[in-house]
Formats: sequence, C-alpha cells, structure tokens
Amino acid sequence: MTITMRAGSGPDELLHKVEVLSEQHLANCYQCGTCAATCPLAAQMDLLPDMLIRHLLFGLPGVLERRTLWVCVGCESCTDRCPRGIDVARIIEALRQIRLQDRGDELAVAQLPDAARELPPIALVASLRRHTG
Amino acid sequence: MQIAYYPGCTIKASARQHEGAALAVLRALGVELREMEEWNCCGVVHSLTSDNLIRHMAPVRVFARLREQGNNEVATLCDMCFNTLARANQLAHEHPEQIEAMSVTSGGELNYDGNSGVLHLLQILRDRVGWAKIRARVRRPLRGLTVYPYYGCKLLRPSEIGIDDPETPAVLRDLMQALGATVVEGSLQTQCCGAYHVVDREELVAGRVAATTAQARERGSEAIVLSCPLCHFNFDTLQPQASAPLPVFYYTQLMGLAFGLEPGELGLDAHHTDLLPLLEQHNLIRPKGGPA
Repeated sequence: MTITMRAGSGPDELLHKVEVLSEQHLANCYQCGTCAATCPLAAQMDLLPDMLIRHLLFGLPGVLERRTLWVCVGCESCTDRCPRGIDVARIIEALRQIRLQDRGDELAVAQLPDAARELPPIALVASLRRHTG
Repeated sequence: MQIAYYPGCTIKASARQHEGAALAVLRALGVELREMEEWNCCGVVHSLTSDNLIRHMAPVRVFARLREQGNNEVATLCDMCFNTLARANQLAHEHPEQIEAMSVTSGGELNYDGNSGVLHLLQILRDRVGWAKIRARVRRPLRGLTVYPYYGCKLLRPSEIGIDDPETPAVLRDLMQALGATVVEGSLQTQCCGAYHVVDREELVAGRVAATTAQARERGSEAIVLSCPLCHFNFDTLQPQASAPLPVFYYTQLMGLAFGLEPGELGLDAHHTDLLPLLEQHNLIRPKGGPA
C-alpha cells in the first residue's frame, strides 16, 4: 500500500522537474539533517537543505522563493557526507535553474559595483553562472 | 619532465604571483610546464543539472584543443579550473552521447573521448616529484614558521575527482613539513570560504574567513597557506579589522623561499596583507635596507 501525503492536490510538477534535472530520488532522504549540520552557510539559509527536500516532497508552497537557493555556493560538503548518497547540491542547482527560467536572472552585470573590477575573474564568472539562466 | 599546462583566467590576472612562483619552483625541480595554445575559460563551475549541456562546452573545448596539440594530460594550478576540467573529463568518459550532442552543434569540433589526465600541481609535486626530492632541494628550511594549511572545497570534493581524502587531507601538511615548517590543523581547513559570494554577499565570505582565521590563530598559526586563487583573494582581503591579519601564502611562494630562490620571483609584494614582516622575523628574507 502506498500512502501519499501532499499539501496540494494533483500531480506535483515541481518535484518531478527537480527529480529529472537533478537525477536524484528525493524520497530516499530520511531526514537525518547531516546536510544541514555540515553546511558552512546554513546560518544564512531560510530553509535548511533537509527541510527543503521535505517541503518539496510534501508539495509545500514557496520553495522557489527561498533565499537558500542563492546562499548555497555548491561546496558539496552535504553531497559528500550524505549517508543516503543524495546529491543535495544537484537538487539545489535544479531549483536555481527552474527559478531562473521562470523569473529571469538574479544578477546583472550592470548592477555590479565598480569594485567588482578588482575581483578575480573566477569569482565573477562563477557568480554569473549561478545567478543567470 | 614536461607537462602541458592550462593556466586559466585568474592565474593570468589576480594570481600572477602564484604562477610566477610555481614556474620558478618547478624549474628548480626539473619540471617544465608548457602552456597550451588556444586555451579558453574553463567555465569555472561544473553544471550540476542533467540538461544544461551548453555549460560543459568550455572545458570540453579545452580538451579538444589539447588533443589536437598532441597531449593526453594537462596540469593546472587553479583549484576551480582543476575541478571543472576533471569533472568535464569524467562526464566525457562516462557519457560520450552528451559530448556527441554538443559536438553536433559546433560543427564537429568538440570531439573528445574523456581519456585525458588532469593534474593539479599539488599532485605533480606529491606523486611525480615526491616529498624526498623536494626535501633535498630545500636550502633555507622554514624552521620556526607555523602555518595552517587551508584546502577549501574544490581540491577535495566531490571525492571521485578530489586529490586527497576529503575529510582528512594531508598534501599541504606533508609539503609544508618537507619544507621544514611547523603545521597546525583544524576542522575548518576543508570548509568552503564562501567563494563567489564575494561578488554580492561579501558578509557571508567575511564570516567564513573570520571563523577560519580565528581557529588558525587559536592553534598557534602565524600564516595561512593555500592553493585556490579565489580562497586567496577572500582570505587576503576580508579578514576582520579587529586584529592584525594573518599573512596568506600560496604554497608555491613558501616553496620558493625554502628553495632559496630570489624573492623577486615569488611575488611577495603582490598581496593585500603584508607578508614581509613575518618573513623578516624568521630570517627568511633580508629586511629592506638591511645588510646585504
């Protein structure tokens, strides 16, 4: 018997898209919280990575509006330490990609301060790759 | 020993001192890095989604050019280039159909089979040159200098391409000990510095840098030693104002000093945080205006 618990009704397009783009099966997560405990930037997140997975599974609204998507810098500590082998960084990258395609870029070159000229090129290229579609 | 060399953009911009020191140190060890022709940006971050093939084109093009030039392995100094190149190489090896799809869109110029080797300079030093040879080349041991090696993320993760154990890496510790330095370590050595957040979320990076330098200081370190040009920028410019900042070295600079190379070759003045007082204190360079 399969029991499905969902906040909304109907098929969940977002969960499906995330699973296809990230190639991860989110129901494998058993909510141990290792990802959140290991994340060096967790304190700045408004939804911890394990909670983000649970919100997606339950179909709770607002996941794409979370600051967490942009705070995650892709260091992959969570991915490396997940006891269930879930690549959490891929899940967050999939959410970023969906959000960028829906709502457009998060950062524009024209908005960067003059001081950005002094930054290493790898900082600028990496930031623009993560914040633009 | 000759190895093809991919510099990447930042090594030719804000990290020139790392390249200068690396080439000088390698000359002293009999290793020649030959810069490849027609290199382009590696793309910096590896795309993690299944349908974003266009973002793999930049590193795959580097490999296609490398092959045309008759090479089957490539060395790099930059941790982000290393990570992006090594993962693109792995992708090409495991998913030739994705490379084929990219190649079709570019007139067939991106043919690549994923069978090149990607070497970080630290791997060349550890696995090809070896600590014994490096130890034997030391002319001025870094005796009395206490350093905290910082690895960050891109050298170590994901573990399929990382150059060392992601939880307890040893390569920088072993290198520094071969040079005669004292090494102190701590749990924050392998935690991300905040990376590209320096562009528009500087406070996140400042928080990581403050925590890591505080740990280094508590353990008795006088300096940070690292490899990644982005970590270097972040540690060099974003330490808290409250106390005197810890000097931040590329490992190649400390190798050059220990080898007794000319300080002018090592770019020691190209840093935001002054490196010279600490080096003078340990008699590793002569004070300016002092006796020759």
